[in-house]
Amino acid sequence: MSILDYPFVVRALLGALFTGLAAPAVGTYLVQRRLALMGDGIGHIAVTGVALGLLTGTSPTVTAVIVAVLGAVVIEVIRETGRTSGDVALALLFYGGIAGGVLITGLAGQSAATLNIYLFGSITTISAGDLRVTAVLAAVVVVVAVGLSPQLFAVAQDTEFARVAGLDVRLYNMLVAVLAAVTVTVAMRTVGLLLVSALMVVPVATSQQVTRTFRATLFAAMGLGILASLGGVVISSYVNAAPGATIVLLALAGFAAAYPVGVLLRRRQRLTSPFAEPADEPALPARRTGGHLVAREDHGHAHGEACGHPAVPHGDHVDYVHDGHRHAAHGSHYDEH
Amino acid sequence: MSETVLQVADGAVELGGRPILRGIDVSVGRGEVLAVLGANGSGKSTLVRAMMGLVPVCRGEVRLFGTPLAQFRDWQRVGFVPQRVTAASGVPASVREVVASGRLSRRRPFWPSSRADRAAVEDAIAAVDLTDKAREGVSTLSGGQQQRVLIARALAGVPDLLVLDEPTSGVDVQSQHTFADALGALAARGATIVLVAHELGPLGRLVDRTVVMRDGRVAYDGPPIAVFTEADPHHHHDGPVGQADQAGRSEHGPVVTSPLDREDRR
Repeated sequence: MSILDYPFVVRALLGALFTGLAAPAVGTYLVQRRLALMGDGIGHIAVTGVALGLLTGTSPTVTAVIVAVLGAVVIEVIRETGRTSGDVALALLFYGGIAGGVLITGLAGQSAATLNIYLFGSITTISAGDLRVTAVLAAVVVVVAVGLSPQLFAVAQDTEFARVAGLDVRLYNMLVAVLAAVTVTVAMRTVGLLLVSALMVVPVATSQQVTRTFRATLFAAMGLGILASLGGVVISSYVNAAPGATIVLLALAGFAAAYPVGVLLRRRQRLTSPFAEPADEPALPARRTGGHLVAREDHGHAHGEACGHPAVPHGDHVDYVHDGHRHAAHGSHYDEH
Repeated sequence: MSETVLQVADGAVELGGRPILRGIDVSVGRGEVLAVLGANGSGKSTLVRAMMGLVPVCRGEVRLFGTPLAQFRDWQRVGFVPQRVTAASGVPASVREVVASGRLSRRRPFWPSSRADRAAVEDAIAAVDLTDKAREGVSTLSGGQQQRVLIARALAGVPDLLVLDEPTSGVDVQSQHTFADALGALAARGATIVLVAHELGPLGRLVDRTVVMRDGRVAYDGPPIAVFTEADPHHHHDGPVGQADQAGRSEHGPVVTSPLDREDRR
């Protein structure tokens, strides 16, 4: 009997799919603005929203969306107007959110265990109705994040330029904040409010180890988000672990695997970046009189495409990086460049 | 009579209660290449930011193409190169992607870019001599190349007015010559260029008028003068207006010595 024969596993996988797709899509813009922790902040504020739902007997998901959106808008306003202590103001909101949530949950006569469902996720108890709401919200997030990507990219990349290009910068900033708030509540049932931010940020951090363009980073992050979410649910169903934590640890494992690759790629990039010929630098006396320096190494091979030494364009010829210095072919020997 | 592209009339700017600019009257005609010069803290950067509506004027008026700034909507006619150290942000982006932002004032949300958009982006990248770098990430480029990316982004919108804030600060000589060529081509097309600079370098040959800022006021407005186009930027002690710097005055903070006379405070 396969795990797919259990309806709750299928619902969990679908929930994970939607979350894994939407969270990195918004997360990319947060990372671009260097606001990687904003998702965390909104998650803390949403705790108060969940508690209000428990207190008033309405759906905690609905109250969490409302409170999270309000919180995100307040964060954005503080960020826009407050110049000096924006991060302190954000910290105040975070702690107020989680303390308020715990307090109100107590007032509602609920135990901490009830709150735990939202703090750490409980993807296996997700209902068909929850799943529909998740699907619609995730679809909206993905359509906006991908469809408006040129505008959102420009605003996050250079605010002043975007304003002079006639873009409504405040509107787009608010849009990202609201999208982030919606995503937090979408992911609340999957990975939990305390781990939401990981699913928004870690896939982006992983994909940008190997990508060079923004679009590639965005789509690779969404793909990695799906992989981590689905993989986490499947693994946790076999080893009986908490799905939210498994998803996040899987995403982090992906980052740990990609990081050395990124280091290697950046190293290669630096070695092979061309040297600009300095136009106004006075030639060194030794070079002027001697003409050139002959490389000391004995060469068992000729430098070329297959020799394994990185090739570096240098003016009108190509140098090869050899033991930390550059060799340029000159007749039967190599010069130091 | 040539058309006035950009006009500041009796402009004054306050930031955080401190007066930065006062009594600014500058108008730029179509096809002019204007250089705004001055020491650090003389208010030259604030002046162009006020022209672009990035800081509000608390007195007077700014008009772009004859329209007051508040009503101006024709932003695709304006290209802006903000003062920035880097073109990179928290996520990798290719040269082509950054330059493509320059077409946004001509694009509608949710619509894909047109063939004309893509052609303009390639042309702009070619104009700053970065075609072979178009697919590279901007963070891997040198400082001068990144500045060229920012210029290309402004050129991609094919602007009638190009405003540049310190485009050549900290830029290698080769990149400065590439700039000068790209701006020369734009000026030859009849575009208007306003340029804030510390020192003009190779751009000097393009400039046909200079405004020199001192202590938040326009100290000189006229044809380029050798002392400003060549001199060490930190030593503008013998300017054409004959003011000697007062001893002990900071050169590095905007200073207007008396408060502004604002209409709404009378």
